Amino acid sequence: MSGMIQSLGPHAGFILASYGAVAVILAGLTLSIVRDHRAQKRALAALEQRGAGRRRPGGGAP
Amino acid sequence: MSQPETAHCLKPAGIAIAATTPAWRQARGEFADDMASLIDLANPTRFMRFSAALLPWLAGVSAMLLVLGFYLAWFVAPPDYQQGETIRIMFVHVPAAWLAMMFYAMMAVSALGTLVWRHPLADVAQKAAAPIGACFALVCLVTGAFWGKPMWGTYWVWDARLTSVLVLFLIYLGIIALWRVLDEPSRAGRAVAILTLVGFVNVPIIKFSVDWWNTLHQPASVFRMGGSTIDGSMLWPLLVLALGFTLFALTLHMAAMRAEIMRRRVRTLTILEAERLDRLAAQAGSIPA
Repeated sequence: MSGMIQSLGPHAGFILASYGAVAVILAGLTLSIVRDHRAQKRALAALEQRGAGRRRPGGGAP
Repeated sequence: MSQPETAHCLKPAGIAIAATTPAWRQARGEFADDMASLIDLANPTRFMRFSAALLPWLAGVSAMLLVLGFYLAWFVAPPDYQQGETIRIMFVHVPAAWLAMMFYAMMAVSALGTLVWRHPLADVAQKAAAPIGACFALVCLVTGAFWGKPMWGTYWVWDARLTSVLVLFLIYLGIIALWRVLDEPSRAGRAVAILTLVGFVNVPIIKFSVDWWNTLHQPASVFRMGGSTIDGSMLWPLLVLALGFTLFALTLHMAAMRAEIMRRRVRTLTILEAERLDRLAAQAGSIPA
């Protein structure tokens, strides 16, 4: 590992910092989208289980 | 002339889409028929079904391309004769810059879809794209700064290209903030669409800033008249990574659109439930004890 870092030359810190930033930003974005997706799915399932939005039998549009 | 019949799909989501009848299609001819097919394809219910099937494949292909691209970028591409090993930063910086602009262009098209055609998925696509575009703009700025310090001797300079990309990032933040401020999705969609179209003027400025002004940033070297100036040994890793990042961003966009459609369904169902409970309470109150 240290050999690989040394092979990056005198600017290894800048190169690794760039890739670190990419990893942090894109992992954060992915995580936030996945969490949001799961949260909405759970909320929707809970509402549908409660029968929210169902019209009353014989009743008009809500 | 009879009015075209419409069927409102996905009513609980508050996203109504007009499904046209054959009579309407006959009246409006072939072009209208094609347009109706496009609208049918893009209705939210079909999108949810289609995206659920496509998403794992898209994620898998983008992951494979990213792994291949990073392998080529780190172990195959040689150091540049001038930049040395810092060329490795370009393999993430350049695709991020392209995607930041591509997502803004997608948002501008969606804004037209919202304002002109009132397409039911247009503002969903626009809202889902903003954080992704903002993140790629941020990646572009941060990696550019880390490249600039060893190559130019500074992290930042108020150069036309750098400044216009910073403006793009700030516009993205403004759009995200506007979505959060306005609670009602269709009202927010129209306001954001106008802001998006006004902000689109910045995209050609970014692209041509290196030609219009004397900038520290180098001019285009991949897509240019007369072909790329980059050697194939570096160009291929760049193109593979660009494709990988693009598919990855589209995967995220599709997942974010699905979350947004579900959020709107949740909102509509919550309102319907509250109205139903109100009605029940009113009925209970009107019955004498």
